[in-house]
Amino acid sequence: MTEAQSNGKLVLSREHVLNLLREMIRIRRFEEKCAELYTLEKIRGFLHLYIGEEAIAVGVMEALSPEDAVVATYREHGHALARGISMAAVMAEMYGKQEGCSRGRGGSMHIFDAATRFYGGNAIVGGGLPLAVGLGLADKMQGHSRVTTCFFGEGAVAEGEFHESMNLAALWNLPVLFACENNYYAMGTALQYSESETDLKRKAEAYGMTAHSVDGMNVVDVERAAREAMAHIRAGNGPVFIEFRTYRFRAHSMFDAQLYREKSEVEEHKAHGPIKEFRSWALETGFVHQADIEEIENEVAAEVDAAVAFAEAGTWEPLSDLTRGVGAEAT
Amino acid sequence: MTNEMTYREAVRAAIAEAMTKDDRVFLMGEDVGRYGGCYAVSKGLLEQFGPERIIDTPLSESGFTGAGIGAALGGMRPIVELMTVNFSLLALDQILNGAATLRHMSGEQFNVPLVIRMATGAGRQLAAQHSHSLEGWYAHIPGIRVLAPATLEDARGMLWTALQDPDPVLIFENVMLYNRAGKIAEDAGAVDITRAAIRREGSHLSLITYGGSLWKTLGAADELSREGVEAEVIDLRSLRPLDEETFLASVRKTRRAVIVDEGWKSVSLAAEISSRIMENAFWDLDAPVERVCSAEVPIPYPKHLEDAAIPQVPAIVAAARATLGAAP
Repeated sequence: MTEAQSNGKLVLSREHVLNLLREMIRIRRFEEKCAELYTLEKIRGFLHLYIGEEAIAVGVMEALSPEDAVVATYREHGHALARGISMAAVMAEMYGKQEGCSRGRGGSMHIFDAATRFYGGNAIVGGGLPLAVGLGLADKMQGHSRVTTCFFGEGAVAEGEFHESMNLAALWNLPVLFACENNYYAMGTALQYSESETDLKRKAEAYGMTAHSVDGMNVVDVERAAREAMAHIRAGNGPVFIEFRTYRFRAHSMFDAQLYREKSEVEEHKAHGPIKEFRSWALETGFVHQADIEEIENEVAAEVDAAVAFAEAGTWEPLSDLTRGVGAEAT
Repeated sequence: MTNEMTYREAVRAAIAEAMTKDDRVFLMGEDVGRYGGCYAVSKGLLEQFGPERIIDTPLSESGFTGAGIGAALGGMRPIVELMTVNFSLLALDQILNGAATLRHMSGEQFNVPLVIRMATGAGRQLAAQHSHSLEGWYAHIPGIRVLAPATLEDARGMLWTALQDPDPVLIFENVMLYNRAGKIAEDAGAVDITRAAIRREGSHLSLITYGGSLWKTLGAADELSREGVEAEVIDLRSLRPLDEETFLASVRKTRRAVIVDEGWKSVSLAAEISSRIMENAFWDLDAPVERVCSAEVPIPYPKHLEDAAIPQVPAIVAAARATLGAAP
């Protein structure tokens, strides 16, 4: 990790390190609170937690500009927070309250935010990829220099829409970053049981696309790879695919008994978790001090409490609004 | 002043006009450029507008339909052409889970101003994977508008209005209409896309139809007229939302209704219209509602069987006679 200071274009400052750490901790504590609220039945439906994978959303978002677009999956709380959507609005969405970022209509799997160009929250695996291709196409046609980043899991790689999108983006030289979060399990099916070729970057390379594989547990590696990819894309060199190797510490969703993997495997990954490792490194190198971490934890705890209070105080949309939001005119 | 043109040329003129008037409009689909369109609708447009705006796509219906949705979100006004309604099933995820739901799911922060055109219907002996009429399926989905232009004026005028809609619009072009020629006003342009049209006035019964079946239904009305029966012919034009007001007013006047729909009869658009008549005009009826739909069979290849599978004039006339209490 220490080589990150001199290697590549990324120069770390104390502020930057604190920020990366803070953003990952925000996601972690938010997700832990969501799990708790789920058992209290405050949050219902499917709930997919990002615990263990925080470094990817945090590192990639560092490389984005405000005018860029993000397309994410149903495991997108972390992306939403890292992108800058307020924790309170995201939590209210978890509750289904009309103060939520999608007015409560979406819930955990459908977080949207126009202000940060956050296009979901897509719960059809692979379904967000063509959308990202189209956003990239619109940018190219209109001469914008902005980039669309599309997050998806390794499970999506088996979908036809992945292959169609890889081909279209490469064929049309579109400004899209394909950020594949490989946590090695599509729900309960391990990669080797679903892919004949488990080296995912080779799939993108087959479409003539620049592709990399990166340690997704190392936030600095993630950020550096994302920055390099964005520079490549902004220079008009076409789309980039990055596989971020990661691991999901929690169940797929709250209904998952995790029969498909050994507890020891989970523990092994947890021991090298992205926050744990980065925090240790930051303390060892003297970038941050124990007091900084305590301060971050206190701030985040207060932010989470405020988000929960905001969601609790939120209101239910009246039944009379049931059919609202289907179209500009009723169809 | 009028011009003589085909339905195909009317659609082409509508696309060309939209692209001329609005830089955000582009056409994307399989073989729309160099080939000129599977049904030759876009022939010549590549030369006129160039490959940046007349985009040949690979055979990736879900991919390029989704790209159309994304481009619409990104500020463009795409026209996506799907070669046939059967192929549109490969894009159904994007249409239903994406285009139709994004406004709602995002709490109205995003909308998808996308137009998707596709060919529909039987009659060209294209057999069971190129000939179906699935517009009724699409009309089931809240969040999209479904149009069926049957006339030259609608082929010419619906597209521009559809492109002004902030939400997705699907336009179904019946394959048997492309060669249909006629006169159209020189200054023909945008038309309303919300109302059904009374294509023939009559007082004895209402024949309710849309798309490719309109001309057969008008033929049946002519035949009935020779027997002294004056049928009112309603062209639905918009399949979602349905202009209930127009067809209910007609049924309340004539007290009898026959619905002609090229979809299969079970769980069809015709079933929906029949239900709405029951719910809203039951006490005005003098006879049970009749339906003329496609036989419950995938569309067969041989001409005689294909013809027999879909609504034809004799069946429409027979159904009309049945509602009038006459021997069929």
